[in-house]
Amino acid sequence: MAKIIYIEHNGSEHVVDVKSGLSVMQGAVQNNVPGINADCGGACSCATCHVYVDESWRDRTGSLSDMETAMLDFAENVEPNSRLSCQIKVSDDLDGLIVRLPATQS
Amino acid sequence: MSQTSPRIVILGAGHAGGTAAALLRQYGHTGSITLIGEEPIAPYQRPPLSKAWLKGESDADSLALKPAEFYAESSIDFRPGVSGVSLDRAAKTLTLSSGEELAYDTLILSTGARPIRLPTPGADLAGVLVLRTAADAEAVKAELGPRKRVAIIGGGYIGLEVAASALLLGGSVVVIEREKRLLARSGSEIIAEFFRSYHAARGVRVMLGASVVGFDGEAGRVRRVRLADGETIDCDVALVGVGIRPNDEIAAQAGLTCARGVVVDLEARTSDHSIFAIGDAAHRPLPLYDRMFGPESVPNALEQAKQAASAITGRSPPAPEVPWNWSDQFDLKLQIAGLPFDVDRTLVRGDQSRAKFAVFHLKGQQIQQVEAVNAAPEFMAGKQFILNRRPVDLIKLADSTVSMKEVAA
Repeated sequence: MAKIIYIEHNGSEHVVDVKSGLSVMQGAVQNNVPGINADCGGACSCATCHVYVDESWRDRTGSLSDMETAMLDFAENVEPNSRLSCQIKVSDDLDGLIVRLPATQS
Repeated sequence: MSQTSPRIVILGAGHAGGTAAALLRQYGHTGSITLIGEEPIAPYQRPPLSKAWLKGESDADSLALKPAEFYAESSIDFRPGVSGVSLDRAAKTLTLSSGEELAYDTLILSTGARPIRLPTPGADLAGVLVLRTAADAEAVKAELGPRKRVAIIGGGYIGLEVAASALLLGGSVVVIEREKRLLARSGSEIIAEFFRSYHAARGVRVMLGASVVGFDGEAGRVRRVRLADGETIDCDVALVGVGIRPNDEIAAQAGLTCARGVVVDLEARTSDHSIFAIGDAAHRPLPLYDRMFGPESVPNALEQAKQAASAITGRSPPAPEVPWNWSDQFDLKLQIAGLPFDVDRTLVRGDQSRAKFAVFHLKGQQIQQVEAVNAAPEFMAGKQFILNRRPVDLIKLADSTVSMKEVAA
């Protein structure tokens, strides 16, 4: 279990407990956090679960697969800390993780 | 009170209906929402049923769109195991299979579609299965495993995904397709031939131009498939994946305009101002292609759920989206954006022999559709070209040493 903090583009914060093993995307979708659409359900196929990982957490959220890198290359408003949240697996180590949502998914 | 308090009834709790209910709350609807589902469980994702889930790579919890408690917490009155029987538009009531009559101010029809069943003798034998619902998938999963002989009727995406999963689980697989090629309704010839040879190379027997005339059984259970040319295929289980038919009967009987599905406008509104239709049940306009269509996909269900929820809550309509879809088979990820309407040329970029390429279908210099195999940049860039209706430089596009970033620059 980890507490994940999702911050919408308009500043609204959602603090949600997410089971270990689920993805950061699933944590948002299951708790109706707006702004993470996840059209493909986590197949790394749509780039509608784009988030910015808080700088202090970047090291702990793992590295990007080629597929994720390629998808992000063509997503909108990509920053160095951009990730697809369906590709970040929640574990106890991520307790307190902060992710921010891009304007395009509001 | 304000326009946000009408009583909303959503008939059909699939991906479209479940999403519409959640979005209505997200968009600030404060009136009642009743969500009627024919299946015994809350809305879930169907795509994994023929992919990761079938191979045991994901569980039931990960299929659910929302946790079970979401509906009560969001004041959504979710009623599983109930279907709609008839609709009285003048009285604005919906009669359910339970006998109950529900009054609505706004009705959303998200009744989905059902698999087409073969009219051939023996199609009702045990072991002749379809794959649409979680219950269907449980039945299919129970039949797959080492040495299981699996006959798949229909070489579309469902059939090919199950073929790949069945093979990976240790079974032997025959795909029987009536047309001269695979993916006749849903993929280009180049993609169809690529998938045929990829499946064949891994041991799937692919039969083209082969019509099923019946199923033979023993003790009420399927044992073989009979083909028009007299050949028979022994099997332990047969999966029929020959397309779907929209569940538009309740709408048609109530006098709503239907074509192949309930006809709607860009707000997902039917010919009755108080009734919307979304997802596989709807026949909708596609502004990017200037025609009506029913894309039969999750992204389509989501887009129309947004359209209806926006129109109902007085929110500005969502931006038009490029229809897209995906399929996972073996180690292949196929991503498709757009639709192949009005195409006058086709261009292949990349290397088919390395299973990393994309097929672009063009109208002049405009990309109408891209089918990308393990080629995410081509998919993503192609989708943007389609959305923006930007002309593409065909020479750069054909040259895979020029990156898609450069092509798109």
